[in-house]
Amino acid sequence: MVKLKRKTAASTALLVIGFTLFLLVNEPQAVYAMHIMEGFLPVGWAIFWWVAFIPFFILGVRAIRKITKEAPELKLMLGLAAAFTFVLSALKIPSVTGSSSHPTGTGLGTVMFGPLPMSVLGSMVLLFQAVLLAHGGLTTLGANAFSMAVAGPAAGYAVYRLLMRSGSKQGLAIFSAAAVADLATYIVTSIQLAVAFPAVEGGIIASFMKFGGIFAITQIPLAVSEGLLTVLIWNWLQSFNTDELSILKRRMKGERV
Amino acid sequence: MSRSAKNIWILAIVVLLAVAPLIFINAEFGGADGAAEEMIQTIAPHYEPWASPLAEVPGETESMLFALQAAIGAGIIGYVIGLFKGKSEKTKQQ
Repeated sequence: MVKLKRKTAASTALLVIGFTLFLLVNEPQAVYAMHIMEGFLPVGWAIFWWVAFIPFFILGVRAIRKITKEAPELKLMLGLAAAFTFVLSALKIPSVTGSSSHPTGTGLGTVMFGPLPMSVLGSMVLLFQAVLLAHGGLTTLGANAFSMAVAGPAAGYAVYRLLMRSGSKQGLAIFSAAAVADLATYIVTSIQLAVAFPAVEGGIIASFMKFGGIFAITQIPLAVSEGLLTVLIWNWLQSFNTDELSILKRRMKGERV
Repeated sequence: MSRSAKNIWILAIVVLLAVAPLIFINAEFGGADGAAEEMIQTIAPHYEPWASPLAEVPGETESMLFALQAAIGAGIIGYVIGLFKGKSEKTKQQ
């Protein structure tokens, strides 16, 4: 009992130190780091991505309603998933390409609840950043929400299910899901920019290579960081044997919304 | 390897991933979407952004808002985890 307590205390302290270090290291510098900037998608594409995003948002609202109705205890876990996205998308981390970008934090919620609820939680974070921080924008919110809150979680969830079904360890599956959700977000962003701005020579493919070089490559080490942080918080959660966690685990094994 | 030893390794790698570029790469570390903006201007020089952000906040204020965003999130995470910890200790005592 005492030993267990000490262990929990140690991991708690570690997490606090980790976040502190993280925030110290990532003292924000040059601005701009958020997906597609306001006004930087032609009107047609801005509308296109809004239209593509809205059905997923509606499904997401329904999924969240279903979860809170069937298991009201999980509201706390939903809050945790949203908060994790909130924290991680505020961390602008320097990367190997000499520029900074930030993780998305959508992997944790995706693993816990499936991809649909993340379309709501993720777009709430994006709305906050667009309105208060002038990062991203309202016209490009549809496109940014589609990449970060729909496509990323969908890709991460597919990887999670695949790995769990093939008998991988859960830690590895969670790591991969979070890293893939992060990376997929920025690959989709690159595609969105490439189709809107095809290069004069080489067209969409050439543009995709260029935008991918900016977003996706910067994102690789960040995706690894995000995967690791997601595993870390999952480990931390598991050291507490609460009702919420056992309900969640039962749901995670069973069929999903 | 015990769970806390694993967690130490995880944290070490995360910190290393963030610090290493700062040490080994001599660059500005500006935002990736600033770079994308330049790229758009190279590919489509005549493109004019047709909307602008509601408010252009000064850099310093923006750092504050980013810190606020992280703080709100971290606060909620701390609250939830604290609640779970309390609950699990209570059930253990019973």
